[in-house]
Amino acid sequence: MRLLTMATAAIMAASPVMADLVFPSLSYRTGPYAANGIPFADGYEDYFTLLNERDGGIGGVAARVIECETGYNTEKGVECYEATKGEGALVYQPLSTGITYQLIPKATADGIPVHSMGYGRTSAKNGAVFSNIFNYPANYWDGASHAVNHILDENGGDISGKKIALVYHNSAYGKEPIRTLTELSGKHGFELMEVAVDHPGQEQKSQWLQIRQQRPDYVLMWGWGVMNQVAIQEAANIRFPMDKFIGIWWSGSENDVLPAGDGADGYKALTFHNLGKDYPLFDDLQKYVVDAGKAAGAGDQVGTALYNRGMYAAMLAAEAAKTAQGIHGTAEITPAMMRDGMEALEITEAKMTELGLPGFGPEFSVSCENHGGNGLGAVAQWDAGAGEWNLITGYEASDQEVIGALVEEDSGAFAAENGITPSCS
Amino acid sequence: MPDQFLFAMEVILNGLMAGVLYALVALGFVLIYKASGIFNYAQGVMALFAALTLVGIMEGQVPFSHLINAIFGTEIHHFGWHVPALLAIAMTMVVMVGLAWAVQKFIFRHLVNQEPILLFMATIGLAFVMEGIGDIMWGAEIKKLDIGLPQGINDWIDVTTFEAFGYGFFIDNLDISATIVAIILVGALIAFSQYTKQGRALRAVADDHQAALSVGISLNFIWILVWSIAGFVALVAGIMWGAKSGVQFSLSLIALKALPVLMLGGFTSIPGAIVGGLIIGVGEKLFEFLIGPMVGGATENWFAYVLALIFLVFRPQGLFGEKIIERV
Repeated sequence: MRLLTMATAAIMAASPVMADLVFPSLSYRTGPYAANGIPFADGYEDYFTLLNERDGGIGGVAARVIECETGYNTEKGVECYEATKGEGALVYQPLSTGITYQLIPKATADGIPVHSMGYGRTSAKNGAVFSNIFNYPANYWDGASHAVNHILDENGGDISGKKIALVYHNSAYGKEPIRTLTELSGKHGFELMEVAVDHPGQEQKSQWLQIRQQRPDYVLMWGWGVMNQVAIQEAANIRFPMDKFIGIWWSGSENDVLPAGDGADGYKALTFHNLGKDYPLFDDLQKYVVDAGKAAGAGDQVGTALYNRGMYAAMLAAEAAKTAQGIHGTAEITPAMMRDGMEALEITEAKMTELGLPGFGPEFSVSCENHGGNGLGAVAQWDAGAGEWNLITGYEASDQEVIGALVEEDSGAFAAENGITPSCS
Repeated sequence: MPDQFLFAMEVILNGLMAGVLYALVALGFVLIYKASGIFNYAQGVMALFAALTLVGIMEGQVPFSHLINAIFGTEIHHFGWHVPALLAIAMTMVVMVGLAWAVQKFIFRHLVNQEPILLFMATIGLAFVMEGIGDIMWGAEIKKLDIGLPQGINDWIDVTTFEAFGYGFFIDNLDISATIVAIILVGALIAFSQYTKQGRALRAVADDHQAALSVGISLNFIWILVWSIAGFVALVAGIMWGAKSGVQFSLSLIALKALPVLMLGGFTSIPGAIVGGLIIGVGEKLFEFLIGPMVGGATENWFAYVLALIFLVFRPQGLFGEKIIERV
């Protein structure tokens, strides 16, 4: 036995070593936000496990996920980044706006790309300023615009004189849409009512009394964690019509609606990917990952909104890695090559179908000038009876006339503050 | 009547109701501090743990199922039964008594006569251990807690106030239930401490534990008893807060809501916890209603502490706390 072990070791030592493609997962499986962090982390890891088990990795090189627990804590997130970047990390997905803000200068200096998918600093869409930061396929400002567009659609294109309340987490994340909504209120003539909720958001009686007293026509929500569940319950308590209550994609998971039971029926949330598991890829996930006992979790989260988002993030990372391999003609890519792959990423319906995810997400392309994709998003609605989300719109465009100008302004200010000369050469 | 006045009345009523919920959490702190001088940092986690255990038992969830499955390669998650709410509450209480015994046996028995700061540090450790065990035991997903308490607007109050004032007040049925439960709970605690042998022993230990020891009162038993009662109070708080938001790990943060109540009401007074809770509840809600819109809102978290600090400056022992006089 010992001889066999030595022989195996000798053979392995003599073989050329293929370095793994390293994808760190800054996860949070503990703490107050664990219920949201777990399905995302599971989806992210399971997709790479599927690629390894079914396809032998990406371009023949195994993908390796290094998980580091952040507890949704910014300091711990930065520690995780520092602890894992030396492993050859190709791309970071911090799953936290706070961590993303901290990593923007660090990752840029280290030449490692960051993908803050649907969160983080919105103006990172301008790749000429934020060379290593990507936020495709949609950002918060797109989300604000999608919500207003949906309200416009429901009201025949005229919402002048309407009152729209924004219930937001009183943090950098929650305040992100205010600027866009202010611009949009000027453009469309609706009144914006801002209602802040302090972390963690377990007690929101004042806010919902205010909403009951002022009777807005619609309520938008930028919440996370327990704030979402309490807000949906309070909305149900005051009998606010759920189909007039629209959450951002981080307020649109099963976790957010299930505690309110039937009261949450009809609640809407934005999304930039599809929901459920009625896609061929999920059959492979079941066969190669869950049934094989290789799932990151218990397998019970497969198909939930946040699991799908984690899986979608992994799929986009894997496709960017493939693009990078194609551009540079090598399977063993570096973080700099990965950045190039992300900047040349193109997601088409044909590609999604080929991956077993037809209609799962919007088509989009990335370029140096545009790290944010096309900003397409859809509206999903919760069916409490069936216990599932359903898309009620297609993937629709955001108001780029307003958002484009804001991105230019904010990224320009960042460039000026940090002495960055915008460049796409 | 002017709208603003009616709105303010509604806010005050809801503030009183919210105050009761804060007081429920604060009561657990007071009980343990009064009897043992320990500021129990883990009280919020105890509420979480109790609520997790209650839902787990009600749903027939197998405790430690992920661990069991990982070790033995099994696929068991549920026993396949549902336990009625009252029975589940009783079973959860048994678990909380067991927890009280374990806490006393394995932690505080070894820390008798240690500095208060060490006891406090031990409760911090206990909080993290309990949170971890709760996670392994019952999982981290959000669980719906439904023990049959009514939720949503109380129609009778809505209609009656509408007929009287032309504006229907919103009062949540769950808050009304919490108020009734809190009144019963406080009444029971007072009756227990006044009219039972164990209650009188508990008060004796709270007054002077060395004197109590000298007359034959078992400190060990009393401390297990008081941690058990605190466990029961935590269970009640966990039910009320868990019914609002689902049972999830952020439930442990409700302890933050109890701190200003304790600062204001005093660490050693049960009526202080109640009155403190009501003052904080009304104060923060009224401030948010009147001043919040001028300063961008979200004032409740910090204003509760401002209120508590004001009381602290003028009455360091809190409204009902015992004044500490040390003679040289």
